[in-house]
Amino acid sequence: MLRATVKSLLARKLRLVLSGLAVLLGVMFVSGSFVLTDALGRSFDNMFSSAMAETDVLVAADPAIDVSELEGEAVPGLLRSADRDTVAAVPGVAGVVGEVQADGARVIGADGKVVTSFGPPRFGANWTGETGGLELREGRGPSADDEIAINVTLAELSKLKVGDRVGVLTTKPKQMFTLVGVFGYEGGLPGRGPVHEVRFTEPVAQELMLGTPGAYTSLSVTAAPGTDPAALRDAIRGALGDGYQVQTGAEAAAAIADGFKEALSFFNNILLGFAGVALFVGTFLILNTFSIIVAQRTKELALSRALGASRRQVIGSVMVEALVIGLVAAVLGLAAGVGVGALLAEVAASFSSLVLAGIGLPLAAVISAFVVGIGVTMIAALLPAVRASRVPPVAALQEVATPDRPLTKLTVSGTVLGALGTGAIAYGLATDGDAVLWLLLGGVLAAFVGVALLSPALARPAVSVLGRLFSWSVPGKLGRLNSGRNPRRTAITAAALMVGVALITGVNTIITSADRSLRGDATDAFQADLIISGQGSPGMLPTFDEALLPKMRELAGVRSVAAEYNEQAVIDGEPRMATAVTDLPTVVQDFSLVAAAGVLSQPAPGEVVVGESYAADSGLAVGDTVTARLPRGEPTTFRIIGMYQATPFYGGFIFGPDIVPGMRTPAPSFAYVRLADGADAAAARKGLEALLVDSPEMLVEDTGQFLDRELGESAQLLLMIQVLLGLAILIAVLGVINTLALSVLERTRELGLLRAIGLSRAATMRMVTVEAVVITVFGALLGVAVGIGLGAAVVQGLADEGLKELAIPWSQVGVYLVLGALVGVLAAVLPATRAARINVLSAIAHD
Amino acid sequence: MTPAAAPPLTRQRVETAAARATGLWKVYGTGEAQVIALRGVDVELERGRFTAIMGPSGSGKSTLMHCLAGLDAVSRGQVHVGDTELTGLNDAGLTRLRREKIGFIFQQFNLLPTLTAEENILLPLAIAGRKPDQQWFRTVIDTVGLGDRLGHRPSQLSGGQQQRVACARALVSRPEVIFADEPTGNLDSRSGAEVLGFLRRSVTEYGQTIVMVTHDANAAAYADRVVFLADGQLVAELTQPTPESVLDTLKSLDRVAPAGAEH
Ligand SMILES: Nc1ncnc2c1ncn2[C@@H]1O[C@H](COP(=O)(O)OP(=O)(O)OP(=O)(O)O)[C@@H](O)[C@H]1O
Ligand SMILES: [Mg+2]
Repeated sequence: MLRATVKSLLARKLRLVLSGLAVLLGVMFVSGSFVLTDALGRSFDNMFSSAMAETDVLVAADPAIDVSELEGEAVPGLLRSADRDTVAAVPGVAGVVGEVQADGARVIGADGKVVTSFGPPRFGANWTGETGGLELREGRGPSADDEIAINVTLAELSKLKVGDRVGVLTTKPKQMFTLVGVFGYEGGLPGRGPVHEVRFTEPVAQELMLGTPGAYTSLSVTAAPGTDPAALRDAIRGALGDGYQVQTGAEAAAAIADGFKEALSFFNNILLGFAGVALFVGTFLILNTFSIIVAQRTKELALSRALGASRRQVIGSVMVEALVIGLVAAVLGLAAGVGVGALLAEVAASFSSLVLAGIGLPLAAVISAFVVGIGVTMIAALLPAVRASRVPPVAALQEVATPDRPLTKLTVSGTVLGALGTGAIAYGLATDGDAVLWLLLGGVLAAFVGVALLSPALARPAVSVLGRLFSWSVPGKLGRLNSGRNPRRTAITAAALMVGVALITGVNTIITSADRSLRGDATDAFQADLIISGQGSPGMLPTFDEALLPKMRELAGVRSVAAEYNEQAVIDGEPRMATAVTDLPTVVQDFSLVAAAGVLSQPAPGEVVVGESYAADSGLAVGDTVTARLPRGEPTTFRIIGMYQATPFYGGFIFGPDIVPGMRTPAPSFAYVRLADGADAAAARKGLEALLVDSPEMLVEDTGQFLDRELGESAQLLLMIQVLLGLAILIAVLGVINTLALSVLERTRELGLLRAIGLSRAATMRMVTVEAVVITVFGALLGVAVGIGLGAAVVQGLADEGLKELAIPWSQVGVYLVLGALVGVLAAVLPATRAARINVLSAIAHD
Repeated sequence: MTPAAAPPLTRQRVETAAARATGLWKVYGTGEAQVIALRGVDVELERGRFTAIMGPSGSGKSTLMHCLAGLDAVSRGQVHVGDTELTGLNDAGLTRLRREKIGFIFQQFNLLPTLTAEENILLPLAIAGRKPDQQWFRTVIDTVGLGDRLGHRPSQLSGGQQQRVACARALVSRPEVIFADEPTGNLDSRSGAEVLGFLRRSVTEYGQTIVMVTHDANAAAYADRVVFLADGQLVAELTQPTPESVLDTLKSLDRVAPAGAEH
């Protein structure tokens, strides 16, 4: 039986290559993401262990705000000079270097604009000499308080030269410095990773970056010769007591690298998610290929049954075929994955000044490649294999007219699964907790499989309606009839395309609805005439000088200016965003906030207002107190004086300015400006811009401009998701090519006959193309319908969170349908060419 | 290879020839695997006549028919259908020729399974973008006796009915010539007789030209003329054949020309 299997494998190279390709692409994505994160992870390890090479023990304070990457931004705690003295006094300590380092040192480049970074931090630090691998490349380190040195990365981006006067924005408003040096790191690196670095003298760094004289973020301890770092670590720990994190240099390096790796694993999970979608689509493709192969081999299988093969042997022969394809696809996919992972790692390394630690083959990549590759193929082949085993031996003797098996079972189970999926989604959206993600995922998956099962029943009417569009020509009509010939085959092929299109449409519907809701709310609620806000790097809200507020209020035509401050905080033990405003009644008006309980007057010191749903979740009521701790402040209690109905702009705690001194950057990040009636808006805007000249990150915009910019980011997100889901669509296209190629092969005689009675080559190609287009448009239609359904369900479920309006992106839905048709035309090229080349004589050859 | 001079059986050129081959050679493959299927065939098929081609298996009957119909390229010599010379036509030209001047009936697999009998019959006209002549269509349908079966798909028709649909399809566009390769090869004698009777009538009553390859002496007896092939050459001819005369000629051929003269 095995030899027969191998022979039949070889005889069907093309279709196997195509279905194997789907698995290969999925495996490539999976193993590639593992290879990438492994290579980058080890590179981070190397980078931080070389950074810590001269540090035997590293001392830090417990974080002021300890949150994970996903919850917000962790805020490190501060060490004082007293701590440094304590550590220096521990026996075995040879030296202590106090280090100051914090994100948020924004340099104004030679072009007068703030040098932006798209993610990596912009560190401000103290100059500690050429230690820890730091090497001066030009000039010297800062020795006076108005001197700085910057790293090569930043020097290149900012185009600043040694000797230039440089403006730097920190937690304090802009200050001017003289650039006295440019430094890099050992190994010729421009920086440690892609970070920007500004080095000040120690007191300046403490003042500007930490807002606290004499404070450090860490102490780097060198041990006296002969002292064991671990023993020294324990001694220092004993001397300092609670509230500190004391690690050996090696431990610290690993801990920092782990932080980066956590971010990497998040990225890895996203890639794996897309790989999952690709493999899901690939499953349809393999299922379809095997079904067709089994159908075409009915006679052969029946013959082997007649000759005495058992059912088990028939199933075995199909499964062995699947195993071989899965194995080959896994091996090739793994190889391709290593290639892709290596390529991406090179690209990432060159963009982020990382010394690549070399490409490895992590075990996770190998295991997942084989598990996924073989598993997916075998699972997909199981159903066709069982069907093959049910072929009765008499089929060998009969002229097989594959009977139209009834679709009732499929339709019923599809409906049930679809309903279950929808239910799971609805339930998932309505509840909170850890299960939500799984409920949603499972629901979407069930809905997809449900629709896929329903699609054969839908295929007949859909194909006949769609086909009418083409029926005006003979090839068109024949193509339409062909696509309606085998509803299951058409349906599975279309369903594969449906998945990708549905996901894209769903995401688009959600984003469009969010956009529309926000915009709708904004137009209704936004009463401010001008908004001052910053355009910074992600995670860092730019700020401007508080001292400008009174000057703004004095400008001609300006009626009121309400400033808003934002900071990460811990409130009743939970990490929360804390907002402070100078003038709550104005903000209430500007954003049409509605009181739900209590009053919305400006909170006095020790008072706070909170969003209603937020309060309800935490069981808070007006009159209750909460304890809030800001990064640079002590825990303080606040009394709730009012509650408001949440909007997309406000939902949490709003304090008075009494919390501002506890912020790392005690400066406003937003201001809402109202103009006097009949004021000259353009002039007021100019006046505001002139005042903000030292804060080049701040923009003065009207509501429309502000929203366009804020929402522009969602368009980028959408684009990225579309590109990644494109892979799923690519695989679906492979499926269409496969189905068509098989159909053409099956119909060699029919095509020959048509050619014999006068169908031209071009018309033959048109016929196959129509068949393809009918399939892909059907798939795109299904996808659009399911996508809108899923999107609508999510929007409905998030209505409480401010997604009030369901907006269906009709024009883009139209684009998807047109693209669906185009994809059909593309997929048809090869099979159609093949069909047109069919020899007329092959119709007559009696074999 | 030296072309053996075949005796020209139809010497004078008939003005009304529907199809004509002159000095036709057909060679398959090269070198060791070379097979000469036709070696210098001259044949003329008169308009309005029913010609049968007979000969032992492998003698080149199908090959001759394919060459005459423009389905296969010739190695040497010329083929005319009507006054169109086939040699030198490209695919588009051959397609047009098949559309306008030729009808086919194959031994099996004549019909598209997705179309009804009527749609199958009208398919050549639809492909050519021509309107069917309703009266002629009715006449053809009545002659084949398929009036009540027009809405059925091929899978719902018997083998004989399917062949009659194929005949109707070949007839409905009134081609210059209809080529039929063993059209009754898969049928029992009764269904075969129905199909042959129908072909005969379409020649007698409507002046259709038909060329039919067959192994069956009884089938050949329906024709006006039988030409005999052996080893790629025309070796005999009968007019007004009867089953007996056809069988006699076949027997004498076995003696005269032993098959398998490849070299
Ligand atoms: N495509 C081909 N390639 C090679 N040789 C071929 C090909 N087609 C036919 N032949 C050879 O040409 C010769 C004539 O074949 P042809 O099919 O014309 O015979 P036939 O008289 O129709 O036989 P039958 O009565 O069995 O149908 C045979 O020897 C055959 O093997
Ligand atoms: Mg033959």
